[in-house]
Amino acid sequence: MMRTTRRAVLLGAAGTLAAPALIRAQGTQPIRIGEINSYTALPAFTLPYRNGWQLRVEQINAAGGVLGRPLEVIWRDDAGRPQDAVRLAGELLDNERVDLLAGTFFSHVGLAVADFALQRRRMFVASEPLTDQLVWEKGNRYTFRLRPSTYMQAAMLVEEAAKLPARRWVTVAPNYEYGQSAVKWFKQLLSAKRPDVQFVAEQWPALGRIDAGATVAALERERPEAIYNVTFGPDLTNFVRQGNTRGLFEGRSVVSLLTGEPEYLDPLADETPQGWIVTGYPWDQVETAEHVAFRRAYQAKYNDYPRLGTVVGYDTITAIAECIKRAGSTETEKMVEAMRGLPFASPFGPCTFRALDHQSTLGAFVGRTALKGGKGTMVDWRYADGAKYLPPDDEVRKMRPQSG
Amino acid sequence: MDFILIQFLTGLSNASALFLIASGLTVIFGVTRIVNFAHGSFYMLGAYLTWTITRALWDWGGREPLLFVLAILFAALAVGALGALIEIVLLRRIYRAPELFQLLATFGVVLIIQDIALAVWGPEDLPLPRPPWLRRFVEIAGSRFPQYDLILILVGPAVLAALWFLFQRTRFGILVRAATQDREMVAALGVDQRILFTGVFFLGSALAGLGGAIVLPSQSAFLQMDLAIIAEAFVVVVVGGLGSVPGAFLASLLIAEVQAFGIVLVPKATLVLVFLVMAGVLIVRPYGLLGRPQAHARAATGTVEPVIRPAPAILGWAGAVALALAAAAPFFAGPYAVTVLVELAVFVLFAASLHLMMGPGGIVSFGHAAYFGLGAYGAALGLRFLAVPMEAGLVLAPLLAGLFGLVFGWFAVRLSGVYLAMLTLAFAQIVWAAAFQWVEFTGGDNGILGVWPSDWARGKAAYLWLAIVLCIGATLLLRRMIHAPFGYALRAARDSELRAEAIGLDAVRIRLGAFVIAALGAGLAGGVYAYGKGSVFPTYISIPKSIDALLMVLLGGVQTVSGPIVGALAYHTLFLTVLQAFAWWRLVLGLAIVLLVLAFPQGIAGFVRQRYERARGIEGA
Repeated sequence: MMRTTRRAVLLGAAGTLAAPALIRAQGTQPIRIGEINSYTALPAFTLPYRNGWQLRVEQINAAGGVLGRPLEVIWRDDAGRPQDAVRLAGELLDNERVDLLAGTFFSHVGLAVADFALQRRRMFVASEPLTDQLVWEKGNRYTFRLRPSTYMQAAMLVEEAAKLPARRWVTVAPNYEYGQSAVKWFKQLLSAKRPDVQFVAEQWPALGRIDAGATVAALERERPEAIYNVTFGPDLTNFVRQGNTRGLFEGRSVVSLLTGEPEYLDPLADETPQGWIVTGYPWDQVETAEHVAFRRAYQAKYNDYPRLGTVVGYDTITAIAECIKRAGSTETEKMVEAMRGLPFASPFGPCTFRALDHQSTLGAFVGRTALKGGKGTMVDWRYADGAKYLPPDDEVRKMRPQSG
Repeated sequence: MDFILIQFLTGLSNASALFLIASGLTVIFGVTRIVNFAHGSFYMLGAYLTWTITRALWDWGGREPLLFVLAILFAALAVGALGALIEIVLLRRIYRAPELFQLLATFGVVLIIQDIALAVWGPEDLPLPRPPWLRRFVEIAGSRFPQYDLILILVGPAVLAALWFLFQRTRFGILVRAATQDREMVAALGVDQRILFTGVFFLGSALAGLGGAIVLPSQSAFLQMDLAIIAEAFVVVVVGGLGSVPGAFLASLLIAEVQAFGIVLVPKATLVLVFLVMAGVLIVRPYGLLGRPQAHARAATGTVEPVIRPAPAILGWAGAVALALAAAAPFFAGPYAVTVLVELAVFVLFAASLHLMMGPGGIVSFGHAAYFGLGAYGAALGLRFLAVPMEAGLVLAPLLAGLFGLVFGWFAVRLSGVYLAMLTLAFAQIVWAAAFQWVEFTGGDNGILGVWPSDWARGKAAYLWLAIVLCIGATLLLRRMIHAPFGYALRAARDSELRAEAIGLDAVRIRLGAFVIAALGAGLAGGVYAYGKGSVFPTYISIPKSIDALLMVLLGGVQTVSGPIVGALAYHTLFLTVLQAFAWWRLVLGLAIVLLVLAFPQGIAGFVRQRYERARGIEGA
């Protein structure tokens, strides 16, 4: 049961009748953040995410809140549907009188809410969607994005892939915008660094419906030297199992997006392939002071280890709190100005929301997969600062509408 | 050549799991005529239960193959028992409801099971650890082929043989075959239908559970398994011929091989391929590969469609008052309530357009969202490529939907019953796949943004009035059509095609007319929805959207003219309330649907009419 939303039961006419008349006194009233995410459609990622932001809200409020006011998050489940997310965004703004919007996981949901935020001129902090369009082609003044984008993560992998001797590449990616962009950038960036590489085949399984045996056989047939993988979740497990049994990965380099994130690495368990170059999050090995403090607090509260989603949820609230502090107000235009170029501290290290395109410089860990004690983990990893994996500024300006 | 052999074998092993699921579905449908959406949930439960039981057994007795087989059988039996339980508790009470009404109940079950699985097994994917004997491979034509997949290849034919024995050599099987052919005759001969139906549900569900169990070693148990498989299972059932187990076997081979080779030849088109095959098969063989013309399902319930009478005056007044209240909402209600009213207006038209086909037309569509989505995309693509303003976009929307309605309808109306419904689903999936994967043209899953209304309609109140004028206006027009000569002709063609043709009505053309009009209506609804939301996405065309429309019509009462209106209002309000009020909203919504189904087997409006007519002493149907 959502603690904060009982009042929503009164929904519809009855609930809204009274709403406009209700004028909130500033001061001790909480700062209200409207959060929308795909809690039922993608619980494996979004539930640890919710734990993350709940932890951060608790911490901030215990320390006296922001501008002397506590933070309050009113959250909604969009069921993975953009049309519902847009309606809920309206409900949060109009009925719940939230000061800003945040959240979303799927790219299309993020884009829908971003466009809605532009229309209503209210701030939206997109936490998880990966699509590049969110800050570039379809970027707008009111939308900010936290997680490193498809481009950034692909660029991090290309850096490592270019060092490999392999020249004959194949790709496998889920057939939708995310998979297509991930392959497009990887090919483009790798070919620029290594004109000698060749991409000899592509596989495009449908999301959540991979025919793994056939896909593995089709890739094997091309006798590639290296494989670039973008599948994740159940598709990845399926692909890895067939690949292991059929020997697809033996003697070949594999470069794989997101696979090092605990959400996707843990289900591979004792079948985790060794030596894949991945982006991810080695939660048990990052020993910087800020991360250790974060991990301890999380483990104390939930008796569970943090996932990548946890960090994203945690940082979303940190960034919003810092932004409001800097703006000194919850007025949208002031918050937007404050968010542009805003520095904030993540468990991963210091980050900034770029004024140029509203992308945060939160990075990811790049390393290799390994098997320890029957579980997958990352070794030889390093933190790749997001700021270093973005295209030159003038290219970004060309891609982004320059109105705001 | 070697590669072709490997790919062929992979296809065969995939076919086995597909066959298990589809054979269960086809047996259930053949006897009970229930379109069982919960079948995918049984498949998912089979996988989860196998995961739990196998691990328990392995902890106890070591990772032995025999214990794994035992776990599979336990899981299948457990799922079968659950299926039987659902039949006894829920479905048995609503067999007398109008055709396809049970679909509503099974959809409620899907929602309930989704949340229960999340609560019991947690959000993370659960892979079964593979001991060495599950990782073995054999060398075939120079490639490594998983030994387990080789065993799977044998499972399909083994189950087919077992089913053949069951159906040919046992009394139960003979009764099942008899009931598949003529349920009434079997009942007349004194066979207890209740035991037969429960037995069939047990068998079908157990097969689905078995299907989920045997795929576990090659993937994992995860929460989206149910919906990932259900569309494909329906495709196999329909391609094979409804109720035909050997047909399901052939079709699963066909579909699995098409996929195995399809990903090599056209790697980007895997989503559409399966549905293209189904559309192709149905156009050439309207009853599937091994199916027979369906005994008219309506006749099977022993009732005739109730006569549609003009609405009593009080209903007209109630409607007028509700409409006036809705139109006046901007003056007293908040902006969010106005947004919701726009959605309600849109869904009323969406449901009413489907009802014109389903009710008076007797044409069930499982893919009505295609026309809704085409309307939305008509507006959005018009904006993107032609920069047309909203006014033109709202004309373009129904036109595009109507055009596709004409093309798809031309093929569809030649079929009947569930075959027709599945062909509409196939067309809808083809449209969906195009919207989802043709990124350059449609923007793919990221959709088309910035589809906002013209300045004069940008205010919330103005847009609400526009939506009311267009959607409610069109809905009233559809109602008028039902009482017009066209409506009479349509009902005549539904009730008796032969007699209708004998008096000179061209049944096929009339049905096509209804199909196109319904597409136009849904397209207009989609257009209004697009400008209301500001963006267009493939989710507007997806299967859940088509199911929404079906739920609205069935919940309201398919046999009444006001049913779709009542159903759209009731369902959407229920959905909104539950989604916002409960974290476990799927469980609550599912239970609510199940309760509504049990309380109003004729739909809400159907229930009210029944009471009204009984009170007035009007002879009921």
